[in-house]
Amino acid sequence: MKELICINCPLGCHLSVDDNDLANIKVTGNTCPRGVTYATSEVTAPKRMVTSSVPVKGGKVARVSVKTSEPIPKEKIFDCLKVIKKVKAVAPVAIGDVLVANVCGTDVNVIATSQAAKL
Amino acid sequence: MYDVLIVGAGVIGCSIARELSRYQLSVAVVDKENDVAMGTSKANSGIVHAGFDAKTGTNKAIYNVLGARMFPKLAEELDFPYRRNGALVLCFDENSKGELIELLEQGKRNGVSGLSILDGDAVRKLEPNVSDKVVAALYAETSAIASPYEMTVALAENAATNGVEFILGSQVKSILNSKNGFEVRLSDNRSLWTKIVINCAGVYADEIYNIMKVSRPINIVARKGEYVLLDKKCGGLTDKTLFQQPTKMGKGVLVAPTTHGNVIVGPTAEDIPDKSDVDTTVEGLNAAFGTALLSVPSLSRRDIITQFAGLRAHSTEGDFVIGESEIQNFFNVAGIESPGLSAAPAIAVDVAEEVAMRLNAKKKTNFVARRKGIPCFARMSDSERKQLIDKNPLYGKIVCRCENVTEGEIVDSIRRPLGATDLDGVKRRTRAGMGRCQMGFCTPRIMEILSRELGKDMTEITKNGKGSHVVVGRTE
Amino acid sequence: MKHCDLVIVGGGPAGLAAATAAYDAGIRKLVILEREETLGGILNQCIHNGFGLHTFKEELTGPEYAARFEQLVYQRGIDYKLGSTVINVSHDKTVTYVSEKEGLQKISAKAIILTCGCRERPRGGINIAGARAAGIFSAGTAQKLVNIQGLMPGKEVVILGSGDIGLIMARRMTFEGAKVKAVVELMPYSSGLNRNIVQCLNDYDIPLKFSHTVVDIKSTNGRVSSVVIAQVNDKLQPMMETAEEITCDTLLLSVGLIPENELAGYAGVQISPITNGAVVDDQMMTSVEGIFECGNVLHVHDLVDYVSEESSHAGKCAAKYVLEGVKTKEFVPTVGTNGVRYVVPQKIRKDGNYEQISLRMRVANAFKKVEIAVLLDGEKIVSRRKQIVTPGEMETIVLKPELVEKVKKGSKLEVTLNVGGDK
Repeated sequence: MKELICINCPLGCHLSVDDNDLANIKVTGNTCPRGVTYATSEVTAPKRMVTSSVPVKGGKVARVSVKTSEPIPKEKIFDCLKVIKKVKAVAPVAIGDVLVANVCGTDVNVIATSQAAKL
Repeated sequence: MYDVLIVGAGVIGCSIARELSRYQLSVAVVDKENDVAMGTSKANSGIVHAGFDAKTGTNKAIYNVLGARMFPKLAEELDFPYRRNGALVLCFDENSKGELIELLEQGKRNGVSGLSILDGDAVRKLEPNVSDKVVAALYAETSAIASPYEMTVALAENAATNGVEFILGSQVKSILNSKNGFEVRLSDNRSLWTKIVINCAGVYADEIYNIMKVSRPINIVARKGEYVLLDKKCGGLTDKTLFQQPTKMGKGVLVAPTTHGNVIVGPTAEDIPDKSDVDTTVEGLNAAFGTALLSVPSLSRRDIITQFAGLRAHSTEGDFVIGESEIQNFFNVAGIESPGLSAAPAIAVDVAEEVAMRLNAKKKTNFVARRKGIPCFARMSDSERKQLIDKNPLYGKIVCRCENVTEGEIVDSIRRPLGATDLDGVKRRTRAGMGRCQMGFCTPRIMEILSRELGKDMTEITKNGKGSHVVVGRTE
Repeated sequence: MKHCDLVIVGGGPAGLAAATAAYDAGIRKLVILEREETLGGILNQCIHNGFGLHTFKEELTGPEYAARFEQLVYQRGIDYKLGSTVINVSHDKTVTYVSEKEGLQKISAKAIILTCGCRERPRGGINIAGARAAGIFSAGTAQKLVNIQGLMPGKEVVILGSGDIGLIMARRMTFEGAKVKAVVELMPYSSGLNRNIVQCLNDYDIPLKFSHTVVDIKSTNGRVSSVVIAQVNDKLQPMMETAEEITCDTLLLSVGLIPENELAGYAGVQISPITNGAVVDDQMMTSVEGIFECGNVLHVHDLVDYVSEESSHAGKCAAKYVLEGVKTKEFVPTVGTNGVRYVVPQKIRKDGNYEQISLRMRVANAFKKVEIAVLLDGEKIVSRRKQIVTPGEMETIVLKPELVEKVKKGSKLEVTLNVGGDK
């Protein structure tokens, strides 16, 4: 059994999830079907977006912000951050530029979310 | 070998330093903090008292009246904020009216002019927000307000311009007396030699004096006063300084405008054992605010923008201790609690004259009496602003949006003599960060300017000197 | 003195949307004045995702959301000035601004839209006693230091206030290697999104202490060394017997946002004591003819999407004012009752135009199973059912044109809550 708070709306239903049989997950405590979908993904393959910022060389701004282009498995967040911490972007940087390809073998790229023009 | 070493860079030490800088003497001021005005001088009511409170014939009475008279010229010469706004001592009880009259008579004896007794209606005609419960008041026309830390900075800058050396960030550890003079040892292991010591160490004046072997030590008690500062939008609540009838702990809680248009409420009065304790307390806030509500019932807690506390150096003898001590050439200027700010200019003249006479010092011919403050963008007319920005475009970059302080002013505050070296130093000199957002928006920007001007890394920038680093490192 | 049809004060999300809409409604002589060196406002430091679901049907980060609106401004060639701080707006619609490049300038405008945003409530505003040491930041200041400047405010952190900025910063500081020891919330509930509580706190085992507050701040050597927290009673007063000291070097405050209405004040605009923003009509016009307000300067929004929507409307209305002027000075006030803390706009203009009107509101308390109803002279004309309403979320109810037409001079227009379930 796992206890979760549903994040779909401000109601924040407290969900009880029976995940003994991953093929047959039972959710109680939800008010609407979105609770079941959420609980199922949380107990089978929880994923999160990771956002941060990295320094830029030769840019008009000192840093650009970054994100994973898709959510990545939750357990890889800190590995992903370790990789991001080593990144030094070089100006010019445009929104969407790939700064790390296939971060931590997730098939997800780390991309820029702000731009840095050349100095 | 210095001629004179002043211990303490508060308003007293800096006033004396400036007066001594009129003479051909080598003078230094030493302070344990990294800026001037770091003790009582930065956290007090900022009132230049008319002079009716103190008992006739005391140092407090004499120097208050003399000092207060010197302020208009001093403020003009040194360009610090000062305004004669007048004060009212509010009386809430018909039975206490007699004491109000006694206060007036004492004022007359002390040489204070412009005193009168008003009835309740006349008080409210003058100050419509004063409580209905007020039955009478002593009105003192000559009472004024000043910005105590800006005044101290101005005095120090002018003293420095006239050759006084400031040794900041060094604490006096010991003072040895010999026939060659005094050897003053500092926390950084330096030794300074001086012919004369002037002890202006505020709440620590007893510690400085008593390390010498003296038969009659002095005793200074730190009396904490907590204050509340209200938003400028309350500026119209009162134009006059509103006192309540005094008690034995002091002049009680006042409500007054500041020279910058805020309203100040306080102080409380509590004798405390720890002379470094300037923490604010919930009890202090409630006491200060609760008492102030008696004077002005429409004060609102919602308008509080900050709280602070300061310590007054209360001498157990009850009066200012001024003059040469039992040790020859060692002068004490101690126990300077209220009305110390008002008295400072007059005390300085007397002490400086005595010291100069002792050393047979002659006046300089090249003394520079005037000091120009930092141009204050917020108080200028648009045409003055235009001119200033044309001359220096940095005055077109507003950094503190609440108080409209420009980058030009901040750079000036850092570059001038005894310039700011940290966030609070910039704040005291320019008001950047003193507004309603309390440095929320401008902290990162001022850090950048300090870093650039001082050639320091961003991680080295402090709030107020040693240990108070704003950030602990970089994210990488 | 320069002349302009429309001056927009602020180049954040509200200003960008207002400018675009005004341009599209036919205004060409317009300018955006922005005090920072970039457009986009506070979104630039909000590097987390979750923006734009309503507007773009996808989740963007703050800088990405801002960039999309900046593009609209660039494409239209709308004039904007950076590093330009407006220092005065007068009743007769003269805008005074200063910049390093241009010095002091004055623009006489036919219309002005104020989109100056809001500021964070500082420590003094909530009267926390204790040391005045380094290491006390509002959450947004810390956010700027970390995300824009790459600086670490501290290593061991306590956060007071569980609004979204506080929650987001808890995760952000954790990502940068800091230990967030607790998030302390005065109320028995959070004003932040559940998603943020789960993904910013629970994911990292950061405790959230409801009905607690900070009662003292201690320091050593000029830097915060610990804070004392205590539980509060039902009157929100701390119970000192529950006091607990937490060692930390940093206290972040996320205790509310206040609209920045100083300029509105100079112009003589009437300010609502509830929203701390201007009192506006359904055209977003303030009490001063030709001066409009929208975005967080008007009232604090929960989602930027609603800021954009409201501001587009304000831009359109300002354009209409420039082109057509004002036809009436008759209004019907809107009133919030029974738990509806405020309604914006505060009044509806009776000028014979019947366009749909969005009534935005906040509730005073959390309620489950409620109906938000609009009553015209006591009679329900439109309503919406909600599973839950909370003070942290803005609610909107739309009056269709045919309903707006029904509102007559002297009518009483009321927005109210019918509470079916429990509190």
